[in-house]
Amino acid sequence: MKPTAGADQDNNTEDTGTEPARRKAGPDLYTEFQQIVGNPYVDNPRMVCRDVYVYYGETCAIKKVSIDVACNEVLAMIGPSGCGKSTFLRCLNRMNDTVSICRVEGEIRLDGMDIYDPSVDVVPLRAKVGMVFQKPNPFPKSIYENISYGPKIHGLTKDKHEMDEIVETSLIRAGLWEEVKDRLNEPGTGLSGGQQQRLCIARAIAVSPEVILMDEPCSALDPIATSKIEDLIAELRTQYSIVIVTHAMQQAARVSQRTAYFHLGNLVEVGDTDQIFTNPKHQLTEDYITGRFG
Amino acid sequence: MDAQHKESPFSGEFNKRLKQRYQAQQRFKLLGISAIMFALAFLAFLLITIISNGYSAFRQTYVELTVNFEKSIFEGEDLARANYQALINRALDEKFPDVEGRRAKRTLHGMISTGARYQLMDMVQDDPGLIGTTQTIWVPADDDIDMFMKGYVDMSQPESDRRIKDQQAQWIQTWIDNNMIKLRFNRTFFTSGDSRDPELAGIWAAVKGSFYTLVITLALSFPMGVAAAIYLEEFAPVNRITSLIEININNLAAVPSIIFGLLGLAIFINFWGIPRSTPLVGGLVLTLMTLPTIIIAARASLKSVPPSIREAALGVGASKIQTVFHHVLPLAMPGMLTGTIIGMAQALGETAPLLMIGMVAFIVDIPGGFTDPAAALPVQIYLWADSPERGFTEKTSAAIMVLLAFLVTMNALAVYMRKKFEITW
Ligand SMILES: Nc1ncnc2c1ncn2[C@@H]1O[C@H](COP(=O)(O)OP(=O)(O)OP(=O)(O)O)[C@@H](O)[C@H]1O
Ligand SMILES: [Mg+2]
Repeated sequence: MKPTAGADQDNNTEDTGTEPARRKAGPDLYTEFQQIVGNPYVDNPRMVCRDVYVYYGETCAIKKVSIDVACNEVLAMIGPSGCGKSTFLRCLNRMNDTVSICRVEGEIRLDGMDIYDPSVDVVPLRAKVGMVFQKPNPFPKSIYENISYGPKIHGLTKDKHEMDEIVETSLIRAGLWEEVKDRLNEPGTGLSGGQQQRLCIARAIAVSPEVILMDEPCSALDPIATSKIEDLIAELRTQYSIVIVTHAMQQAARVSQRTAYFHLGNLVEVGDTDQIFTNPKHQLTEDYITGRFG
Repeated sequence: MDAQHKESPFSGEFNKRLKQRYQAQQRFKLLGISAIMFALAFLAFLLITIISNGYSAFRQTYVELTVNFEKSIFEGEDLARANYQALINRALDEKFPDVEGRRAKRTLHGMISTGARYQLMDMVQDDPGLIGTTQTIWVPADDDIDMFMKGYVDMSQPESDRRIKDQQAQWIQTWIDNNMIKLRFNRTFFTSGDSRDPELAGIWAAVKGSFYTLVITLALSFPMGVAAAIYLEEFAPVNRITSLIEININNLAAVPSIIFGLLGLAIFINFWGIPRSTPLVGGLVLTLMTLPTIIIAARASLKSVPPSIREAALGVGASKIQTVFHHVLPLAMPGMLTGTIIGMAQALGETAPLLMIGMVAFIVDIPGGFTDPAAALPVQIYLWADSPERGFTEKTSAAIMVLLAFLVTMNALAVYMRKKFEITW
């Protein structure tokens, strides 16, 4: 089945009949693909996604999405609930493999390597593309073990001293060191929500990834913890590429350089964050950003 | 126009319905409480019956005898083959010199347990220097005397209907007057094996038999059950075959246990030739029975580990197997152990399959290993409950008490583990 691209971008803006729940599975799914507004490509891509489709069983959750992630940038993904942001994000480190009914088509490359190639091992891939989840999920082990687990299984350190160093730098970079340096042996689950989330970020950066994926990392946090994590993201950008899913427009505007707007599995518009928030080209984007959309 | 008097929605009909709702709630509460009361009453009834029937078995009647270890008895004899009964008989005759006639003497001699001669034998074998001396020792009384001392013999009945005749009662009275008979803690019950004589029967052999059986069961069913659960829950693809396996495991848990006994008889004994009546074959059969329980419990506890933990581990690049063994399994372990202990408790109380594989045989010797013939606790209870002697009635209840004590301990352990390792997220 080949997708037939090309439904005009303007003709279905008000068409509520395209709700995913009411849609029947079948070839007509593919006709709903819309042309992406704006330029999804960059000059120095770290990750390249071309014509990515994601299916949950018969349902198509992502339709022909093409987008690049540049080095040292924060790419924000916004869009109404259920539009497929998490689904797409989870494709980038093959986390979708854990969902048995999920099927990914298309091409996703990390530094030129096709990550869905059958010969690719997901273990090193996930070490290179780290992930921070919506709900903080520290291991129910000590703070130290939370950080050291990744480096340990990947054999990144030779001795305890090096491990201590990794733990310390990761915690410092995550802005958590001052708060926890005296209780590294206490369980990570005993920290506050915001601290737990920073612990998870520290855990992700401890394995020196190239890309960090964040799925609504601040949705469970108060404004102070949120601003700490936003500062942290800005800081991390100097070393990593970051893809962040967020529901907070302000947050996307504050932390990201580029923004992608998703709608019902389509990548509707992508562009510089300033441009998207001040001058969106697509009607859907404008509606969503100005709050006229559900 | 009486707009002001418009009825509040919270009156009249509403109040009536509210009252009905509360009444319904009240009724349900009462129903629940009475159900619990009913259950508790039955439990109390059960416990009271068992305890009141069985507590006396922990005490045993002993009689003081002054035994003269005459040299002549041991002359030219192996120490093990000397006529110890003669020593006891003489001691009794000396105590009651005026007893005349063979019958009366036989009755008198029968008042001491046949186990007494083994007691003497042990004494002499331990210390041959006793030969030629006179010793005052306590020996167990016959079970009829024991029953009399515990008040189970109704002396108002005609003499011919009683196990204790008037003459015997007189002798006992003499002992009582001389302080030569008393109830003491019944060590025999906890240290010896089964016997035809109630006063000599003990549960130690059955406890050991059960222990060996459970060791086999645990050693086989825990690793197998956990491995099966991990595979099914974490690795197996979801397809027809795995769902068929799943259904069958659930069905297996509901198969009557006697059928496992038949299977064990057919396969382990007749086909593999494992000796019957042994803890080894008992353990194998109980493994078959316990496996589904453990698999189901282990799967449930694996399922209860939040998926976010798996994602966290996979997210930092742990492989599937690392995720399972480093993170999921430790979190699921308390639940698995709880399920295992409950499965073990079930296995401990299981009788029917053991009957099928011959663990119901009358076995006096205390088993020393996995391939010695042995009884198990519940089978012992079954055997004693089947025995006609009055003395076994109290033994039956006492053995039930011991079994219940083990079961309660195991369940308490399960609860303790659950509480101790419970993780709050
Ligand atoms: N495991 C799954 N099985 C089946 N369908 C799924 C699964 N996960 C997501 N979907 C479907 O895919 C679509 C996209 O879901 P996704 O979680 O990516 O949305 P989202 O944009 O992240 O939403 P939110 O902002 O609420 O997190 C939804 O229609 C959802 O129902
Ligand atoms: Mg999401």
